[in-house]
Amino acid sequence: MAEIIANEGGGKQKGKRRAKRHSTHIDMTPMVDLACLLLTFFMLTTAFSKAKVMEIVLPEKTPKDQKDEAPQVDKDRALNIILIGDNKVLWYNGLADPRKPPLPVLNETDFSDEGIRRVVLQRNKDLFVQIEEMNKALVEGTLKLPKDTVTARRKKMMTEDKKGPVILIKAAEGVKYHNVVDIIDEMAICNVARYALVDINSVEKKMVAQFLAGEASGTASLK
Amino acid sequence: MHAKPPKIDMTPMVDLFFLLLIFFILTATFRPQEAVMVDTPSSISNTTTPEKHIITLMISRDNMVFFNVDNGIDSSEHLRGKILQAVGQQYQIKFTPAEIKRFEGMNSFSLPMDKLKPWINEKESKVRDAMHTGIPMDSTDNQLLMWIRFSRQYYPEFEVAIKGDRDADYKQVKKVIDILQDNNVNRFNLTTNLESVEISLDNL
Repeated sequence: MAEIIANEGGGKQKGKRRAKRHSTHIDMTPMVDLACLLLTFFMLTTAFSKAKVMEIVLPEKTPKDQKDEAPQVDKDRALNIILIGDNKVLWYNGLADPRKPPLPVLNETDFSDEGIRRVVLQRNKDLFVQIEEMNKALVEGTLKLPKDTVTARRKKMMTEDKKGPVILIKAAEGVKYHNVVDIIDEMAICNVARYALVDINSVEKKMVAQFLAGEASGTASLK
Repeated sequence: MHAKPPKIDMTPMVDLFFLLLIFFILTATFRPQEAVMVDTPSSISNTTTPEKHIITLMISRDNMVFFNVDNGIDSSEHLRGKILQAVGQQYQIKFTPAEIKRFEGMNSFSLPMDKLKPWINEKESKVRDAMHTGIPMDSTDNQLLMWIRFSRQYYPEFEVAIKGDRDADYKQVKKVIDILQDNNVNRFNLTTNLESVEISLDNL
């Protein structure tokens, strides 16, 4: 509509302008506008970063007719991490065996740098230092190795590690998915050689319930 | 003195625009939009997701499990269509060639078998996204198990990616992992965002 009015009102002017025109010019403005528009569209829709994945391999399931045996873990090396809701982590050393009391004491911590990472790193210090030293040498250029050899060496260090902890990760009720991913990630950060994601057993369930009950009564008495 | 209107030569700018435009057109990959938003947790892992032959199991914030089987850009094998036909046969549902073709271009779903047909035929994407009710995955009618089984029948080397939301319950994720292990899948890729972590030995 605006165009029609403009044509009617400025008819005289338009004629004058046409007479003044000398050279043949192609107006590129619409094309450039369109190019700009498309460019913006493609820039906004392109996702540069591809999703990353964390690989985990779980042990094969035992067939139903076979009795599910608890994994045999050296008592001195075992470190149990129990995830409970509210981003809290409980951990204890050794194995919880009801036939051999006393039951180990549960310690509470969290997912922060000073929390579970400190616990795991302290147990895994030797291997961690060993691998970090290799990484440092690689970064500084004092050690030059192809990528495959680095991976192989890392793996060898991990399999030959005889002192590091064997970490059993267990999840209680109410645990969110990111808690589990965080703890597996923590294993990768601390270069833990041996860890497994296992089901929580009845003894530990009782221990957790007891711990939580104790905590609740503790806060109640404080009030 | 002439009162010339000031003119700016825009040619270099336009040239640059076109160059960028061509770059973005060529690098763009198009994917149909996902039915749910999933906010993945972060990890230090730097491995990239496999581009094709991948089964994606998304677990949304409200614990709904979405199934997707993707063959990447190369769709000449028509795996999606074959899998749909096979699973349909298992549940006595026959899909027309048009429906199979439509399904091949579609994305993840979370539907029981009998609701799949209306979902495929629904034209409006908003209506389609509201149709998801969850794949039955209990022991009496484990349709998720069937989907995974038939997918692996057509291509045994399918990688499995689990894309769970940060706040999804681990119980649900565990259930999905159990079903996968029933299908002899013991290797999983957990989709995560990249984050960097610095630790020094001094604070030990």
